[in-house]
Amino acid sequence: MLNHSPLWKKLLVLFVVCIGALYAMPNLYGEDPAVQISGLRGVETTASTLDSVKATLTEQQINYSSMSLEDGQVLVKFSDTEQQLKARDELDSALGDDYSVALNLTPATPDWLASIGGVPMKFGLDLRGGVSFTMEVNMNEAELKAKEGMVGDFRTDLRKENIRYRSVKEQDNGVIITFRNVDDIDTAESLLKKRYRDLLFSDNSDDLTLSVTMSEQKLKEIREYALQQNITIIRNRVNELGVAEPLVQRQGQKNIIIELPGVQDTAKAKEILNATATIEFRMLDSEGDINSALNGRVPANSQLLQDRNGRPSLVKKRVMLTGDHIVDAGSSFDEYSRPQVNITLDSPGASKWSNATKENVGKPMVTVFIEYKPTERTDKEGNTIFEKNEEIIQIATIQGRLGKSFRITGIDSQAEAHNLALLLRAGALIAPIQIVEERTVGPSLGAENVKLGLQAIVGGFALVVLFMLIYYRAFGIVANLALTANLVLIVGVMSMIPGATLTLPGMAGIVLTVGMAVDANVLIFERIREELRSGKSVQQSIHQGYDAAFSTILDANITTLIAAIILFAVGTGPIKGFAVTLSIGIITSMFTAIIGTRTIVNSVWGGKRLDKLSI
Amino acid sequence: MQLLKLKETIEFMRFRKVAVIFSALLMIAACASLAINKLNFGLDFTGGTLIEVGFEKAADLNQIREIMEGAGYEGAVVQHYGSSRDVVIRLAVQDDVKAEMLGNQVLALLKEGTNQTLEMRRIEFVGSSVGDELTEQGGLAMLTALICILIYVAFRFEWRFALGSVLALFHDVVLTLGLFSILGLEFDLTILAAILAVIGYSLNDTIVVSDRIRENFRKVRDGGPEDVINLSLTQTLSRTFITSITTLLVLAALFFQGGALIHGFATALLFGVFIGTYSSIYVASSIALALGISKEDLIPEVIEKEGADQDVILP
Repeated sequence: MLNHSPLWKKLLVLFVVCIGALYAMPNLYGEDPAVQISGLRGVETTASTLDSVKATLTEQQINYSSMSLEDGQVLVKFSDTEQQLKARDELDSALGDDYSVALNLTPATPDWLASIGGVPMKFGLDLRGGVSFTMEVNMNEAELKAKEGMVGDFRTDLRKENIRYRSVKEQDNGVIITFRNVDDIDTAESLLKKRYRDLLFSDNSDDLTLSVTMSEQKLKEIREYALQQNITIIRNRVNELGVAEPLVQRQGQKNIIIELPGVQDTAKAKEILNATATIEFRMLDSEGDINSALNGRVPANSQLLQDRNGRPSLVKKRVMLTGDHIVDAGSSFDEYSRPQVNITLDSPGASKWSNATKENVGKPMVTVFIEYKPTERTDKEGNTIFEKNEEIIQIATIQGRLGKSFRITGIDSQAEAHNLALLLRAGALIAPIQIVEERTVGPSLGAENVKLGLQAIVGGFALVVLFMLIYYRAFGIVANLALTANLVLIVGVMSMIPGATLTLPGMAGIVLTVGMAVDANVLIFERIREELRSGKSVQQSIHQGYDAAFSTILDANITTLIAAIILFAVGTGPIKGFAVTLSIGIITSMFTAIIGTRTIVNSVWGGKRLDKLSI
Repeated sequence: MQLLKLKETIEFMRFRKVAVIFSALLMIAACASLAINKLNFGLDFTGGTLIEVGFEKAADLNQIREIMEGAGYEGAVVQHYGSSRDVVIRLAVQDDVKAEMLGNQVLALLKEGTNQTLEMRRIEFVGSSVGDELTEQGGLAMLTALICILIYVAFRFEWRFALGSVLALFHDVVLTLGLFSILGLEFDLTILAAILAVIGYSLNDTIVVSDRIRENFRKVRDGGPEDVINLSLTQTLSRTFITSITTLLVLAALFFQGGALIHGFATALLFGVFIGTYSSIYVASSIALALGISKEDLIPEVIEKEGADQDVILP
């Protein structure tokens, strides 16, 4: 029979539209004011944090609607912003410096929807306000640092093996070593080749040099490491800002994108991102009297420092090693499965460290975390004055002479070891970073963009619906149903895909899709009219119309889809946002226009004897 | 309802010489303007700082200019944006370190100087190195898109159509760029996205026409290539019109309701849809015809029953 859709096809269409509508639903519920609490500098939020938050709120008689601990963050929802603001202030003073308390908006999605993964669309910063930075990592510096490391390593190696050399110097893409005679070159080359398998060696006996270059692979590793390292550092610093849902992400080969929703005071954000933190290893002053020091009589070459919990200790002023020398740090377990932190130093650091620890075996050593925090004060030239903060993060006993790699044991928990490793890594900036792009959108502009964007979508939609209704009558209703389903599906898919963000150009993409999505229907309907005009029966015309238009629609949409996908792959920012909605729109409109409308048309008109068609 | 009631085939191709001259003139004008006026590249490409401020009352641009000059910001461009209370200030790339902090400084300056309550709407700072990268990336995106489309169309249709449609797209892109250059409209990333959308739209149109030409070459027994093309264009004309109308309707909504930020985007698309519709009728088909498209090129060696492979996928 002509124009009959099997039941499964009807069910499929119904199913897809229902799923789309279901996942589009969270967008209707709006958002609840909330407060988000996360730990700073290695402090973890645990069930006990949850308890103290609960206690504070109960004490201050602040009503909250729900409270949860997820991904190391406590989230407290409120029914109105007044309670939210009050709670923020109270919690901020009650929890102290170790926690950041940030205002947030969380989706008010009902539990049953949230439990099946229903979330509203994520809004880009242009729609919700906030600041985004693009930071560029200075890769030249990273490579330079690696070359400096190589120079040090080679010197140590050659000296150790008693190979005489004239000089070790950095050059364009590696290091050049000059020797006194040809024999030395050969011995040195075979020695170094064995030790550094990722480097390329080429000797020149004429001018008695051995030039060592980094392979492409090695250079790539260095750049990759510098980028990852900086991302870790920035992530730590962003947490300090106490921003709800910050985003730190790499972009391309050397850029890092930082998005801070809701932040308006960019000056403060920039200062913190640019702040420097480092680590120092010093000896504990065991001879000095801690009690008299607390009373103000601190020995001349010592200093009174506190740890995270405010416990004071006397620490020698002389620095044994600075964090600049730390190349890598990671946490693991020792042979008794106790947590430990493994540290790797660069060559100059290693020899320094080896000498310093030899003299102090069996004595307690202190790891000091140093941070330069920006203050409100500025100097004469208008530059911000930074304040030096020193904090003890670890006291450990030196077990023996330490070299290039060593470990810190005696750490309470695995989590603490992990955090310490993070801090150690974060302390040393591998390569300087620079802000290359900064965009701040005020909250009112964001809200206005949402309003205008929605207006345009609704306005455009209404115009098209009206036009189709007048032009195609009954079939216009079918097209309009498809158009509505299409819009719902776009919203549903956008909500479902993690990482898809709705931006202003994205909204423009939806508007455009609304205009273009009817094209498939227009193609089909015009074909049906053509067939009717040529004298075919109604059923024949519908059948032929859909049949003939199919390949056209497919070709037209696939080519547009190719363009959209390429845009997504190579584009950034607004182009990407636009490409996302456009590609989703093309796919959903193909489904609704070809399969969706066919099912409706078949159900309403299919299989009947008709003389006329309302088209 | 029906907008077009066509009884007879319109002889589109009779005017193709006129169209070629018309297109060539437009292209020359666009290229000339691009060469002389260049494009008014926005912040995304040039780098610099842009500050948009919302004032309580109508803002006095001259006063703002004086304040800016008085504070040593030479060459600041101060304009209204959207309404008389909204003002944008553009500053060229200066000393990098300073530029980072510029936004807040200017804001404080204006607050003091105008004695008005003002609201920061947006601040954008783009370093000078970013623009080059973007230009390269944007150009690359457009080129890749065009090449992939060329391959797909050549594979699905015939190389003459592929070349015709890609040249038509090129035509549309150059004319849209030309319009921006002639009118001196700001060209930023959103406009680039709009141009890419124009490519998408125009392509859609061209494919629909080419598809019908291919079909008619296989179906229609008598008449030369020119007649077949005329017939195909006539048959698809009402669809072309209706789709253009619906698209223009929503673009008008975007233009009038979408706000100042999206204005350029809507402008580019509005123009692009007109040009795209024209080019799919004249440019693509004329080129295919000029390249000598004929029946033999489109009739597959093994003649398949039309739609034989579609029963499986069709509802």
